[in-house]
Amino acid sequence: MSNVDLKGVSRWYGNVVAVNDVTMSLGQGVTGLLGPNGAGKTTLLHMMAGFLAPSRGSVTLDGVPTWANPAIYRKLGLVSEREAAHGFLSGWEFVHASAKLHGLADPRAKAKRALELVEMTDAQDRRLSTYSKGMRQRIRVAAALVHDPAVLLLDEPFNGMDPRQRMHMMSLLHDLGARGRTVLFSSHILEEVEQVSGTVQVIVAGRLAASGDFRTIRRLMTHRPHVFAIQSDDDRRLAVALMESPSVAGVWLGTDGVTVHAGDYGTFTRELPRIALARGIRVRRLIPSDESLESVFSYLVTA
Amino acid sequence: MNTTIAWITARGLFGRRRFLLLLPLPLILVGMAWLGSSIGHADDFAGPVLVGIGVAVVLPLIALIVGTGVLGSEIDDGTIVHILTKPVPRWKIVLSKLVVAFGVSAVVVAAAMFAAGAITDGVRFGLAFAAAAAVGALAYSALFLALSLLTRRPVLLGLLYVTIWEGLLGNFVSGTKVLSVQQYVVSLADRLAASDLVTGSVSVPVAAIMSTVFTVVGTWFAINRLRLFSVAGETS
Repeated sequence: MSNVDLKGVSRWYGNVVAVNDVTMSLGQGVTGLLGPNGAGKTTLLHMMAGFLAPSRGSVTLDGVPTWANPAIYRKLGLVSEREAAHGFLSGWEFVHASAKLHGLADPRAKAKRALELVEMTDAQDRRLSTYSKGMRQRIRVAAALVHDPAVLLLDEPFNGMDPRQRMHMMSLLHDLGARGRTVLFSSHILEEVEQVSGTVQVIVAGRLAASGDFRTIRRLMTHRPHVFAIQSDDDRRLAVALMESPSVAGVWLGTDGVTVHAGDYGTFTRELPRIALARGIRVRRLIPSDESLESVFSYLVTA
Repeated sequence: MNTTIAWITARGLFGRRRFLLLLPLPLILVGMAWLGSSIGHADDFAGPVLVGIGVAVVLPLIALIVGTGVLGSEIDDGTIVHILTKPVPRWKIVLSKLVVAFGVSAVVVAAAMFAAGAITDGVRFGLAFAAAAAVGALAYSALFLALSLLTRRPVLLGLLYVTIWEGLLGNFVSGTKVLSVQQYVVSLADRLAASDLVTGSVSVPVAAIMSTVFTVVGTWFAINRLRLFSVAGETS
């Protein structure tokens, strides 16, 4: 088991402050690093992974600074956001080369195990350049996992994955966390984080806005209802039906559809199809109109 | 030196289309030497062909394509991160890249130089140019490797060095010749060939010492830059 510790970490580029005085400690289990685009998640991850020196403060892995210290990669795996990979190598060559570069005792067996973990054995002999985005993402995860690192950092790992791949990756991360690994993944999608991990670190505009158990933070946000715009073949009847649901706090009937204020995102989205189906109403459009995490987060910061 | 890194580097080099640019240049060199020998006298074309085309164009261009291809392109597309997230000492990474860059450019250039030189004035002349070109390939490779870590546009900067510094200033301002790999190669070839067909303008000790300096300083610089290699934050 390994810990990543950040103490008073700031990073600026010229006049722009990307990360501002962040202190956090990551232990075993899965942690979600949540924040809107441009909040500084990638900068933070790069500092943890030793690819960027903090302008101020310290980033350590088990007490050892990560910056300019290649030895940390014995314990750390990184899946960066840029989906770059050596396209001319086959999946097997790519992962096997990673195992060899780590100086592992039995690189073949380790590469095989990593490929099985991400379910890429079938495609392992194809070149990376022929892979889909999700496959490339998985092969990069395999390469980062090949030495069974105590700490795994992933930057937007679910980008470009289809729902099935997404589910599989989520359960993979979950298992790693359950087996005592320290897993940190970044995402700007609240629901992704909610499904994989209980613990989150929320970054807004370079600052740590909230940290801890997701549900606790979420409860803080509930007096800010979720807003959905819905269009159906019978808006008025739908509005009446929705008002009966306890998950709905308010309904507004307009000329081009129904605007719903729901107290809880998950409950409402599960409820809506059930209600519509029972009344025989056809829902044509469902748009979450204040999904912008920016607003939720800025609310968090000012709270 | 790490064989896995060298293997990936070589695969990357040969897998890129840019690598095809390597083929016509040596052919032009050998073709010109053959053309010269069939219609003229060695005194007239040895200098223009072997130095003017071989040392001044073919050698630096091939060294530039290969030297920036082994590391610069990996930095460019971000794949370098896969190499850097391994517990491999940075000097091993740089040396592996240097060995591949030097090996490929030296083999390609030396073979062409040998053929062109042998056609011009016999085997010894060819061997002299092949050996001198190999020394030049090493110095150039280290230089372009260092440039790959100094700037995001190593090809451009390398071209500027070859064309402006070596090509243009080298002909007018004699002092610049001391910092010109091209001049070292000519001097070394001149000395090894023991022929009057070409004459170097820097002394042989200077050429030998400065080639070593280019190689060592370039490599040392590259290692240090790679040790402190930063990946910038959100670039998009």
